[in-house]
Amino acid sequence: MAKQIEVAGLDAYYGSHKAIEGISMTIEPRSVTAFIGPSGCGKSTFLRTLNRMHEVIPGARVEGKVRLEEQDLYGADVDPVSVRRTIGMVFQRPNPFPTMSIFDNVAAGLRLNGRYSRSELEGIVEESLKGANLWNEVKDRLNKPGAGLSGGQQQRLCIARAIAVRPQVLLMDEPCSALDPISTLAIEDLISQLKLDYTIVIVTHNMQQAARVSDKTAFFNLAAQGQPGKLVEMDETSKIFTNPAEKATEDYITGRFG
Amino acid sequence: MTVHTGIHTRSAIKTRTGIQPISAARRAKDRLVQVLVYLAFALAVIPLLSLLWLVVKNGIGRFDMEFLTHSMRNIGARDAGGGAYHAIVGTLEQVLLASLIAVPIGLLTAVYLVEYGEGGRLSRTISFFVDVMTGVPSVVSGLFVLAFWILVLGMPFSGFAGALALSILMMPVVVRSAEEMLRLVPRELREASYALGVPKWRTIVKVVLPTAFTGIVTGVMLAVARVAGETAPLLLTVFITDSINVDPFDGPQMGLPLYVFDQAGRPTDTAINRAWTGALTLILIVMLLNLVARLITWWRSPARRR
Repeated sequence: MAKQIEVAGLDAYYGSHKAIEGISMTIEPRSVTAFIGPSGCGKSTFLRTLNRMHEVIPGARVEGKVRLEEQDLYGADVDPVSVRRTIGMVFQRPNPFPTMSIFDNVAAGLRLNGRYSRSELEGIVEESLKGANLWNEVKDRLNKPGAGLSGGQQQRLCIARAIAVRPQVLLMDEPCSALDPISTLAIEDLISQLKLDYTIVIVTHNMQQAARVSDKTAFFNLAAQGQPGKLVEMDETSKIFTNPAEKATEDYITGRFG
Repeated sequence: MTVHTGIHTRSAIKTRTGIQPISAARRAKDRLVQVLVYLAFALAVIPLLSLLWLVVKNGIGRFDMEFLTHSMRNIGARDAGGGAYHAIVGTLEQVLLASLIAVPIGLLTAVYLVEYGEGGRLSRTISFFVDVMTGVPSVVSGLFVLAFWILVLGMPFSGFAGALALSILMMPVVVRSAEEMLRLVPRELREASYALGVPKWRTIVKVVLPTAFTGIVTGVMLAVARVAGETAPLLLTVFITDSINVDPFDGPQMGLPLYVFDQAGRPTDTAINRAWTGALTLILIVMLLNLVARLITWWRSPARRR
């Protein structure tokens, strides 16, 4: 169910401000692609254009093409809601629904989209929680509120919630930046398991993390503050971290700026 | 920097680290402000407590089964007995009808302002007129319904006409409080829902409104409490009667505020005692409604299941 994403000449705007410019890349299925780069370079914005979450912000718009297996996601007759159902997302800060229990949180995407019997839901919830390595910790308190879990557990709950709707691609926007090292490790292990079934794209500020979990790495940068962010280069992770083609990438990775 | 031995500890601390003890002047100022705050609190509470005390003291005497189950039919100002059953029924019906009109409209307006308006011209215009409505004196809303509903359209005086007038007063309060509560729902929750492929309207119904539910209920209760005690608009729309009229759509009704107004204007002690008891009943009804609302929000809150 994992699918390939192809981006061609993509610009994204906030009102009149151009946040990213001219991005083209191919994201391979069943792999982890990491986006790195300094703050404000547009990597999160770019990530959000991949499942049409960018346009949720008032005044935000996108130009260019994003194709999922030949289908243009920004085509005139494409329903953004179904795009988001196909391309799931995990956010920087864990955001379980505060009014819902653990079970309801995982079932939310299914319940809010269609009719499922209780036993179907139970099966999918268990499978998703197991998929997110959270089942053993919460199986005895599925009807307790999701907000009562620890930060790391909440983030895994959000991952379970995202995979419960069986997306084909999973976008992760700095999923570990609010977590401690142990929870981070748990999420990273999870990412390596999930990539067997999903196409995963992860934005991270942590270069060790990018090196640990990703197959390909894309480095974004911006010429100056207020300028749009651009894709500097994208290659195999091992190559980016040992022998990048661009000087700017090397400077960033070795910590000479950014 | 010189550190003398034999200097007492205060200045010794000062010279070593630069950290100073709290000065006497600041302590005194702190005390003074504290006293002022407590004083202001007491001043605010005294009228409230004395009001409650007076109403309970004067009203408790007639607060009996007869008062709660009988109307004023065939009971003159001088006669003992009589009750406010007709007024209690009227108030409950009028406030319920007013809520049924004002709460959906107010809530939908707030949803539009927060979720769809996005600071556009229409939403700014609505916002402005909601503010204007907040400032409409209650008697004016009564006059409006009298002029439009009763005089122009030729409808009879009725509990429903009163409910229309009350709903005009309720609406801006509901809009403003619901708007505040909806704005408090974090953007991340909406995005989390969108990212699951949930359409915007379902996100609002299933995620945003439940999250803001407690606050919205509180706001609605404040609005109910505000209109339950209104007298002037009812006087012009519901009129006054001494008989029981359970049909809010036909003929004059009574309301507790009207009852208090009516009885207090009569020249005998028995009537004035009935007015006090009517006031006590009104306060109890509003308190009871608040209690019910609290129970609902408690029952719905995630803390209960933790």
